[in-house]
Amino acid sequence: MSDLTQTMALEAQTSAPGKARKSLGLSDTVTGWLLSLPLTLVLFFFLVLPIVMIVIVSFWGATEFSIYPAFQFDNYEFLLTSPVTYSVFLNTIKYAVITWAITLVLGFTIAYFLAFHVRTLTWQIVLFLLCTIPFWTSNIIRMISWIPFLGRNGIANSALISMGVIDEPLEWLLFSDFSVILAFVHLYTLFMVVPIFNTMMRIDKSLIEAAYDNGATGFQTLTNVIIPLTKPGIMIGSIFVVTLVMGDFITVRFMSGSQKANVGRLISNDIALLQYPSAAATAVILLITVLIVIGILLRFVDIRKEL
Amino acid sequence: MEKRPRSFYVMAAVFGAFLIFLYGPTVTIAILSFQGPQGGLTFPMRGVSLHWFHELFQQQAVGDIWGSFARSFVLGLMVMVTTVVVSVMGGLAFRKRFPGSGIIFYLIITSLVIPSILISLGVGLIFSQSGLDIHWSTSGYGSQLTWTLPFGLLIMFAVFNRFDKSYEEAARDQGATAWQTIWHVVLPIIAPMLIGVALFGFTLSYDEFARTLLTAGSYNTLPLEIYGMTTNVTTPVIFALGTLTTAFSLVIIAVFLVTVVIMNRRRARQGSDAGKGMV
Repeated sequence: MSDLTQTMALEAQTSAPGKARKSLGLSDTVTGWLLSLPLTLVLFFFLVLPIVMIVIVSFWGATEFSIYPAFQFDNYEFLLTSPVTYSVFLNTIKYAVITWAITLVLGFTIAYFLAFHVRTLTWQIVLFLLCTIPFWTSNIIRMISWIPFLGRNGIANSALISMGVIDEPLEWLLFSDFSVILAFVHLYTLFMVVPIFNTMMRIDKSLIEAAYDNGATGFQTLTNVIIPLTKPGIMIGSIFVVTLVMGDFITVRFMSGSQKANVGRLISNDIALLQYPSAAATAVILLITVLIVIGILLRFVDIRKEL
Repeated sequence: MEKRPRSFYVMAAVFGAFLIFLYGPTVTIAILSFQGPQGGLTFPMRGVSLHWFHELFQQQAVGDIWGSFARSFVLGLMVMVTTVVVSVMGGLAFRKRFPGSGIIFYLIITSLVIPSILISLGVGLIFSQSGLDIHWSTSGYGSQLTWTLPFGLLIMFAVFNRFDKSYEEAARDQGATAWQTIWHVVLPIIAPMLIGVALFGFTLSYDEFARTLLTAGSYNTLPLEIYGMTTNVTTPVIFALGTLTTAFSLVIIAVFLVTVVIMNRRRARQGSDAGKGMV
């Protein structure tokens, strides 16, 4: 806190009238640095250093019980020559693409409804909060709560049988790709809704009226006016959903009953076997993949401008 | 009022279905947690009882859930306070560009999108290799900050982007020091948003799993304890626990939201008396 006071004092000096422009620039810099110091320290010790550590350890060797410093490419060689790696990465991307497509359509519809169909601000806030509240509760509990629905004797199967739609319980409801993607959609649609809703609320309503006045149909207004103006929100939502799904390991493990694999599970399995160097190498490849995907998505949007 | 288009009804139906999809499972386990003692993990209900809630208080049935709850609660408060303070400072810093601000900004984004297991693995490796004790209040605390701070900061950036600077200029013109301006003008104006940041800080920490997995050490936080239970508990006791922690989260959310509403009301009441004829 004394840092802060000092900074404030500095700022006070600079804002005093009659000060030279030059010194103002310098102490603005100092102010910025001091105020962002705690943030920088946290990010340095718990983000940058861990990444550096993972990169270093990815070149280390491991015995059954311990890891030892080395500089070898064994981990990467094993990883990049194993067909398992490619099928697991492919599966991870499959989950990401399918979840992305579903959450995009669903999230866009929800955001559109909230932004353009709900007419009073109070109702907008109430309905928006209803969508947001589950985000502040436990993901693990939300996954567990699908069991009574999807199990062999669960609600979905009993309902379908009693309606005469099926004779035998469906086996693919739980512990399958279906349940994994269902859980992803359940957990992450919100990350699409919020940024899209945010950009939609900033669209000038007169633009839409203008489109109608010029004879555009509802669909034409949607594709020519609303979607282009909502693009930044869509991109931010996409970044969230894609990275969350690609980095996940717990949802896939839990919802597939350990029967499906993605990269996150590859890493956590290595960790469970104390094979940290090989886990680190997989983590490095995963990080590179995620950063490439984000790099592509960021080409379409300037995040700093969108806040 | 203007007539609703047909698309309204279609979308309202989608929205309603989405809410059922969001809340249905949680409501279901809330009902199932009241299963009778012979009941299983799904319907039908075999009687109604508090048996499974009672089980939660039997140490041997569920392990150390109350200890882990206490740890998660304390950790949540630590993370919450840190997130609010650091986010406000960061928000103030980012009002002007300074050398290095671009790098810090991209680090914040990286912190948000990096797969959680990398933080867990990296922090765990650093602590174990340098001989430091892996503990929820040190390594766990730092790892969780990498998840809560980006949310806090993004909220603060959005707040300060919309902040009317003329309030500060007015304060300065009347002779307030920079510190007084922050403390008496800026902070009270952004106070409801700070409650929001606090809500994110607490709940995201309280529910965090992946970033604490390898950084909590020998004493589990509540999500880790619940996760451990999923592999070896096959009775509705896990639903009872899920119902209780969800209820707890809902109470916390309600407290924060009510605080914001009260704050806004009070502000509306004690607002400006300009134009009211007081001389």
